[in-house]
Amino acid sequence: MSNDTQTIHDITNQDYKYGFVTDVEMEIAPKGLSENIVRLISNKKNEPEFLLEFRLKAYRHWLTMKQPKWQNVNFPEINYQDIIYYAAPKQKKKLESLDELDPEIRSTFEKLGISLDEQKKLSGVAVDAVFDSVSVATTFREKLGELGIIFCSFSEAVKNHPELVKKYLGSVVPYTDNYFAALNSAVFSDGSFCFIPKGVRCPMELSTYFRMNASETGQFERTLIIAEDKSYVSYLEGCTAPMRDKNQLHAAVVELVALDHATIKYSTVQNWYPGDKNGKGGIYNFVTKRGKCAGVSSKISWTQVETGSAITWKYPSCILYGDNSIGEFYSVAITNNWQQADTGTKMIHVGENTRSTVISKGISAGHGQNAYRGLIKIMKNATGARNYTQCDSLLLGNQCGAHTFPYIEVKNPTAKIEHEATTSKISEDQLFYLRQRGISSENAVSIIVNGFCKQVLKQLPMEFAVEAQKLLGVSLEGSVG
Amino acid sequence: MLEIKNLSVSVDNKQILNGLNLSVKAGEVHAIMGPNGSGKSTLAHILAGKPGYEIIGGEIIYQGKNLLAMEPELRACEGIFLAFQYPVEISGVNNLYFLKEAYNAIRRHRAEKALDAMDFLKLAKEKMKLVELNESFFNRNVNEGFSGGEKKRNEIFQMAILDPTLAILDETDSGLDIDALKTVASGVNHLRNEKKAIILVTHYQRLLDYIKPDFVHVLAQGKIIKSGDATLALRLEEEGYSWALEKENARA
Repeated sequence: MSNDTQTIHDITNQDYKYGFVTDVEMEIAPKGLSENIVRLISNKKNEPEFLLEFRLKAYRHWLTMKQPKWQNVNFPEINYQDIIYYAAPKQKKKLESLDELDPEIRSTFEKLGISLDEQKKLSGVAVDAVFDSVSVATTFREKLGELGIIFCSFSEAVKNHPELVKKYLGSVVPYTDNYFAALNSAVFSDGSFCFIPKGVRCPMELSTYFRMNASETGQFERTLIIAEDKSYVSYLEGCTAPMRDKNQLHAAVVELVALDHATIKYSTVQNWYPGDKNGKGGIYNFVTKRGKCAGVSSKISWTQVETGSAITWKYPSCILYGDNSIGEFYSVAITNNWQQADTGTKMIHVGENTRSTVISKGISAGHGQNAYRGLIKIMKNATGARNYTQCDSLLLGNQCGAHTFPYIEVKNPTAKIEHEATTSKISEDQLFYLRQRGISSENAVSIIVNGFCKQVLKQLPMEFAVEAQKLLGVSLEGSVG
Repeated sequence: MLEIKNLSVSVDNKQILNGLNLSVKAGEVHAIMGPNGSGKSTLAHILAGKPGYEIIGGEIIYQGKNLLAMEPELRACEGIFLAFQYPVEISGVNNLYFLKEAYNAIRRHRAEKALDAMDFLKLAKEKMKLVELNESFFNRNVNEGFSGGEKKRNEIFQMAILDPTLAILDETDSGLDIDALKTVASGVNHLRNEKKAIILVTHYQRLLDYIKPDFVHVLAQGKIIKSGDATLALRLEEEGYSWALEKENARA
């Protein structure tokens, strides 16, 4: 092995830093899935009838479905009867304030760098903290409430705003959509809910931080964001999990609805446990994320930095329904060791003069396999639709792989579609150039990778960009200078 | 400052350097000339620590230390700078950011405090004048879309910032028009002082019109076959390398 290859080898073999386990008393449902479990979850949460109905329909539909096989990732058959579908930290009574939060949970989030203390107001970010599928704390709630913004756990939304939940739940991702969406619709336990009323520009970043703690559980959250006419919201999502030998399933559903002239910016930094160096353990991250630009001139922008999970399998998508609406997808996906990713987006152009931009950066190291899969679909009435797609792959070392599966379907002759793709290896000449200037090989790799991802990273809100760079650091290299 | 003793190097089992000797003292400027394929660039790469070469014999002592045992970044931190013949492009990496990282890495190595962005910008603006670059240069990506002349000037600009003890210029003059050549030369001359040494690797005498060397060496067949003062370069220009080679072969 040459020096530089050795360097890449060393750097790509760093450890996962968020793998600790928190010891809290949990309430756990028995393993396996049945109509009774679905009823139990609904019952535990005192849900209204319509939601139970929704769950049961989803469950019955799920039973008729088969797990898809077209993905470019490999994993052993999942035994859905061997998963715990409900786990929640035991709460003795309802929390009156954040001060009553279980100190163990509070310290977990503090260890992760997430402050739940509203008094500190350090970051100016409102946080909904989700611990094993249950929202444990939401900060800045009152301040947001003054503007009419609702930001709370999904369960609370069901309780306090059932009409909104009923109207929008499943309106973007119906339970019939796909296997994992059906499963999620049947058993989801919590998640975040966010509603921005007409004309309001949300003054701070809203953030949900997901933490998986219990073993052998699946995590099934549901996120619903609604932006009414002329409103704006920027939403951030982060996630980590302890190191476990067994694979854990994470099948979330995220639905976004943007009405006339509304903008939703949704950013994810995904850092679930990726498994160990030999590919043992890690999270299966099979998530359905979709936004509907329902109104004219609405905009939905997805930015994702995918560094974790044993397998990442997801396509944050936009349905560009309103005329002049805009969809964007910016993605960095890293696969290291034995990680696999099959990720990309779907841009469905329905309205006139709809525009979409797709920038995807895939980085493969170790034995990682990284696939970009994208669909650009221009429907018959989408006159004047435009799309620009760029997908670049960077290979570190010679045992990894990069794959690209672009699909384009055009039913309107006025459409303009551009697709660019590149694949490159991190070059030894670049590494040597930086090292000759005094920069350590570790930082040199980091600088090159960050340069490669810059187009995407600059889309992240300030508060998150630094964290994302750090996560790139954990996943691939040492510190970013 | 630098002592190369009996250095033999091969790459892909092909021997490039064959018992090369060279001694460089502080304050000196050495020009290494020679025909294509004589091993000039290999020598420059070896000094900077480029991976991929096999050292089959000899040693290099730099400031009393075994240079061959040092990583490239350590050599850079200890004051060795290579102006590349073909500087690489690094997309997405801001030129000035890269240079600040490099500058501060070297400062930290010397246990000096890293400069913040403002102070570094001040330094960069001052050094920029030496190579007649404008500020738009700062915001571009490292060498990306640079013309040949801009790349070379960027190398000299970096050298001015990093302020090396031993600078090695690998055919920095090639591909430059006469104005750019003068700019580069004046940048180099500016750095010249009694504490520093410079090794110029070049094909042509014309660079030496602007940077006066103390010594000129002819590198051929993997070793230095002739050394002299600046007049040797003029003689080579007139008579060609075959003249030096014939003499060497006759002697052997």
